[in-house]
Amino acid sequence: MNIELKQPLRTAKSKLSIVDCDIHPRASLEDLRPYLSNHWWHYIQTYGLRQRHGHVKGYPFPKPTPLASRRDSWPPGGGPPASDLDFTREQHLDFYGIEHGIMNPLAPSGQGDQNAELSAALAFAINEWQVADWVRREPRFKASVVVPYEDAVASVAEIRRRAGNRDFAHVLLLSRTSEALGRRRYWPIFEAAVEAGLPVGVHVFGYSGWAMTGTGWPSFYLEEGIENATTTQQLIASMIMEGVFERYPDLKVVLIETGFAWLPALGWRLDKHWQRMRDEVPHVKRPPSEYLREHFWVSTQPMEETDKAEQLIDVMEWIGFDRLLFASDYPHWDFDDPFLSLPPSLSDARRRAIYADNARALYRLA
Amino acid sequence: MTMNGLHSIDCDVHPTVPDIQALFPYLDEVWRESIETRGILSLESASYPPNAPITARPDWRGPDGQAATSAADIGRHVFDRFKSSIAICNCLYGVQLVLNEDMAVAFTRALNDWIAKEWLDRDDRLRASIVVPMQNVESAVEEIERCAPDRRFVQILVLAMQEVPLGRRQFWPIYAAAERHKLPLGIHAGSSYRHPVTALGWPTYYVEDYVAQAQGFQSQVASLISEGVFAKFPALKVVLMESGVTWLPGFLWRFSKYWRGLRTEVPWVDRPPEEIVREHFRLTLQPFDTPAPDLVERAVEHLRCDDMLLYSSDFPHWQFDGDDPVPAGIPQALRRKILVENPVATYDRLKADRPEEAAR
Amino acid sequence: MARHIVAPVGEIPAGGRKLVSVAGRAIVVFNVAGEFFALNNRCPHRGGSLAHGKLTGLLESPQPGKYRYSRPGEIIRCPWHSWEFDIRTGRSWCDPQRLRARQYKVSVEPGASLVEGPYKAETFPVTVENDYVVVEA
Repeated sequence: MNIELKQPLRTAKSKLSIVDCDIHPRASLEDLRPYLSNHWWHYIQTYGLRQRHGHVKGYPFPKPTPLASRRDSWPPGGGPPASDLDFTREQHLDFYGIEHGIMNPLAPSGQGDQNAELSAALAFAINEWQVADWVRREPRFKASVVVPYEDAVASVAEIRRRAGNRDFAHVLLLSRTSEALGRRRYWPIFEAAVEAGLPVGVHVFGYSGWAMTGTGWPSFYLEEGIENATTTQQLIASMIMEGVFERYPDLKVVLIETGFAWLPALGWRLDKHWQRMRDEVPHVKRPPSEYLREHFWVSTQPMEETDKAEQLIDVMEWIGFDRLLFASDYPHWDFDDPFLSLPPSLSDARRRAIYADNARALYRLA
Repeated sequence: MTMNGLHSIDCDVHPTVPDIQALFPYLDEVWRESIETRGILSLESASYPPNAPITARPDWRGPDGQAATSAADIGRHVFDRFKSSIAICNCLYGVQLVLNEDMAVAFTRALNDWIAKEWLDRDDRLRASIVVPMQNVESAVEEIERCAPDRRFVQILVLAMQEVPLGRRQFWPIYAAAERHKLPLGIHAGSSYRHPVTALGWPTYYVEDYVAQAQGFQSQVASLISEGVFAKFPALKVVLMESGVTWLPGFLWRFSKYWRGLRTEVPWVDRPPEEIVREHFRLTLQPFDTPAPDLVERAVEHLRCDDMLLYSSDFPHWQFDGDDPVPAGIPQALRRKILVENPVATYDRLKADRPEEAAR
Repeated sequence: MARHIVAPVGEIPAGGRKLVSVAGRAIVVFNVAGEFFALNNRCPHRGGSLAHGKLTGLLESPQPGKYRYSRPGEIIRCPWHSWEFDIRTGRSWCDPQRLRARQYKVSVEPGASLVEGPYKAETFPVTVENDYVVVEA
């Protein structure tokens, strides 16, 4: 194979201001070693990380590409995609002129591990690593406060440890938690996040320990892709119907990598049935769609592809142009290119809002 | 009666089993005795708690609190008030929840016999779905074969949430039978509760359970298409009943987008999922989740298919107030299609006014 | 349209590919069992670089559960969203009517005819002994 790219095929359009709300830096276990005790290091080497699915390596639904990544994102110097800060800068931040990137590390974060204490140890480690290895060296990045969400007490401790540190943009959870996020066991996490002035980011995936749908296990990765949207619909319904936003009126939730075209229909459905069954949930004092509108933001990737641009713009209007946050999902395969993903017919003001202004306001970026 | 004479075909009404004893005449002695000896009180499903608002509109409930317990009841409302000409009965008594296969089969048979005797025989404007015991595929096929000769049965009925997704090959003999008899597969909101209704466990509130049904439908459409059911059964139609409808466009955009890149995982899916859905799937109208009339019109436009919606009242479930089950905002130009033409096109056995006409 | 010499034939062996810049466009040239094809490098879906994609065969299915694999090495999958493009025709597999990778004519010309000719040679000298891949763009 003779691929020699002597210079970028395109040059960054410096006029477009971009905040990328979903980038996945990858740590190796070696990278995390300095931040782990000997006990946990030995534990990991011996027993490994154990998600609620049983595979030692890989996933129940194998990804379509190695490490679910773009095939061109493997650093020439070696290592897996998004493990090399320099290459990430070159291929992504510099290439697109990205002003700020929010990091959502997924592996090996230990989130949802069957061993909650291990999960807490890894959360601490990956938070240290994000700052020391990435944010300190590249100020365009902001880190996530990764928390061991199945253990609320340990999560609160980790949030408090990072509170006030402007290197961190939000608290990071995954969407498939062992109970829906509205349930009381998770409330201390919301309380600590609000106390720290941090939004809560909910990124798709994780393993709840239940079948991936209410009707059992699907067969294909294609179906898992669809279920990322349905599961998110369920966690939103839970948070609203349990009254999380009545209890925490300052809580902000960012839905990451969920897509968004399904969101208005969920709001309508929640409203319709809340109207009928308000007496079951008297603590939900307002129509659910109002909580949705006031407390949730949603990243744009993977952006749905409609037959006509007007349909997508309808959906964006229904959600609110101030709620949408551009995200690339670098280095994953279903990456949205900053230059090519938004409908061309959007006004400049709306583009600016989605590409940068909404994120700057939400995350209080310079 | 030609199609011109039809006012509307209500594709989703719900006979209520007044009590378990109503099924006794249709059960073998073994099961009657089992019910009495073991104190089996009812098979009502928690998908519709009897006193929950959605289960029945207050002005439709009788003095004992139940609604739609007789054919006359349906006649009063669906035919006299809402002016329908034909109504399809989908009985949601929870026989699909039963874990003992033999018991499930016995109850399912009894239920179908009860529907034929107490409903179809009493009003020739009524049609029904064959309730199918998904617990055992062979028995399910037998039940279809047993009931299909009665042409007043126009569909087979399964629930939106099963033990495994509906597209799985283990269910294909059921779809073969359905296709053979030209009976659509009717998927109705509700769960057999083999799993919690969400991927995140058991929800706290009933309202969450009900809202989650829309996600159940999404999972089933994804499964039926991904597994290649329509490649194998090109004549099979599927009707999604009481789903909420407006989740469909957003779902299809996502599904088709992913399919374009992931086609090789399911190489028998040889065209975009949205095309397959427009050809094979139909949705009953109530509930229509979108509120304001202008949004209703937009939502229908997003569906991009005039053939898809089938009129329904969902009687006696409380989805609307007043006497017009058609939501405000449904385009006038589509009314005739929704009320009559689409149902007639979907249900082969409705094409003849009388069953003997269909046999010709 | 101009003709551009992009490589001596030996530089792109069977199963190989070369990314070249021709008249300001990035073009990827494939050698499929001795035949050469050239596609615009930008995936028509969302702009991924096809030169970085995965070469596969064509997977079809006569019915669910049955897999028919043919034409190894004739499909290029975009490195991003994995869309499949038939190298021979440029057509996308999921939407052959509407979406295709733009194709360019490719030919193999003997060096002798090119040495004196008016064609552009991109990055290397043309010698009489070799055959060269020529792209029209």
